[in-house]
Amino acid sequence: MLEGKKVAVFGERDDVAGLAVRNCVEAAGAEVVYETTSCFV
Amino acid sequence: MSDLPVIPSAAYALLHVPDLVRYGSKPWREIARDPTLKTRLQSSQRSFDEAACYPPNRTFIGAITPPELSQLPRPWHAVQKGPGSADNAGLFGEVVPQDLAYALLQQADVLEPGLIAISSELQDKLSRRLADHPVLADLNVRTPDTLSESRLRERLENGSALPLRLGSTLAGCVQRDDRAEGAEDDNLDARTLLEGLAAKASAAVALKFLLHREKLAPDAIDFIISCGEEAAGDRYQRGGGGLAKAIGELCGCVNASGFDIKNFCAAPASALVTAGALVSSGIYERIAVVAGGSLAKLGMKFEPMLAQGLPILEDCLAAHAFLVTRDDGTSPLLHIEPGSVGLATIGSSASDEAVYRELLLEPLATLGLSLTDIDRFAPELHNPEIMEHAGSGDVAHKNYRMIAAMAVRAGAIEKKGMEAFIERVGMPGFAPTQGHIPSGVAYIGHALEAIRRGEIRRAMILSKASLFLNRLTLLYDGVSFVLEANRGLESRTP
Repeated sequence: MLEGKKVAVFGERDDVAGLAVRNCVEAAGAEVVYETTSCFV
Repeated sequence: MSDLPVIPSAAYALLHVPDLVRYGSKPWREIARDPTLKTRLQSSQRSFDEAACYPPNRTFIGAITPPELSQLPRPWHAVQKGPGSADNAGLFGEVVPQDLAYALLQQADVLEPGLIAISSELQDKLSRRLADHPVLADLNVRTPDTLSESRLRERLENGSALPLRLGSTLAGCVQRDDRAEGAEDDNLDARTLLEGLAAKASAAVALKFLLHREKLAPDAIDFIISCGEEAAGDRYQRGGGGLAKAIGELCGCVNASGFDIKNFCAAPASALVTAGALVSSGIYERIAVVAGGSLAKLGMKFEPMLAQGLPILEDCLAAHAFLVTRDDGTSPLLHIEPGSVGLATIGSSASDEAVYRELLLEPLATLGLSLTDIDRFAPELHNPEIMEHAGSGDVAHKNYRMIAAMAVRAGAIEKKGMEAFIERVGMPGFAPTQGHIPSGVAYIGHALEAIRRGEIRRAMILSKASLFLNRLTLLYDGVSFVLEANRGLESRTP
């Protein structure tokens, strides 16, 4: 589903971190064009 | 007696300052875009009584316990004053009303002429409030500056001062450092200086309650570590520090030295570990670890509150103070043996699992413990009522899910037992969203009491820090430690 897609990743420190999402979507064949992990506290 | 340090006592305080919410970072920026927002913020303020009887606030100051909070139906902000909830005091400290908070800000102000001036019509009343307080009266150390209302308005009109209001009444103002050495320095404008004064004054309140609880004279403290998130200093050393000694000076801790520890939200956990090491080594005997509240974080999530017709719940400056000493034979032990303090090394902090391995599993393994040997985990204990309305979900519960997931990975529990595990070791978040205040250490006061009552044997404090907010690294940090019932106490138990 993500093969060849470009993905912007927005992670959260107290939830799913950006890196974890990156690893998942890259494994699914997507290209991560932006990744960040935010802190909302 | 062991070689380990102990935490005999903790104190917590809330300064209810609804009229300072406008100086929080988010409200300040939004008011600049839309000045009518000031009126809407004012009409959404909570009264002092509402803030004092708010169940998370009562939990924070030790009037009720986290398990008692978990039994109260939500929304908590709908709780009205009722039997047993009218008092603003708890086991650990108080909710301080705004007029008294202004009197404390004046006392925190050491410049001549002062940065804070109160209306001459109100000064006597405010000074009397402080002088009559059973715990805080000693903070009444200087004769503050007063101004007539017309002079106050003049000062506000020239643009270098900000008003201090008590509802619709102009109570006073805080002004920038207008001396030659302070001129043209953005770090010394009225709002930035108020941040430092707010941190100092609120921390002093917590420290006074700590001394009061332990029946300690201020001169019995020989070192102070401040661990708040403020950045005091002028243009050449913004964030230089000096809060610890400033707080100690205000509280009369004449025999203490001190320094500040910075580690974002995890600074209190870092400071407690450092304090433990300093007393264990014999360098100091009684260390106070203190932190004041964050002016910048007042009203941080105000927009969803306004949009949903809720009161502004981020209206309190929160502060804490902990006493760290050598083993006294009774107080809960602070485990700082080599390998027992959880951390996040630079090489591992990119991965959640690696971080939690270092923060959670490895320290417990060093102590010969499993995750199921810990009775309570205290991660980020942000009040969910604030976070959920802001769309960020229940931060405490998210952290518990991660802890439970690590317990599954470690084979300590089965996956189907995750929720039951969380129920057993968890608690609702109850601390104001003031960064370093909710970060695990908000539970220490309750942990000490629960350990003393024999309800729990061990608690693990887990703090996280978003180092990446400094724009200098992408890392975050974690610090954890275990508190345990004193073995000396156990040996005396029949």
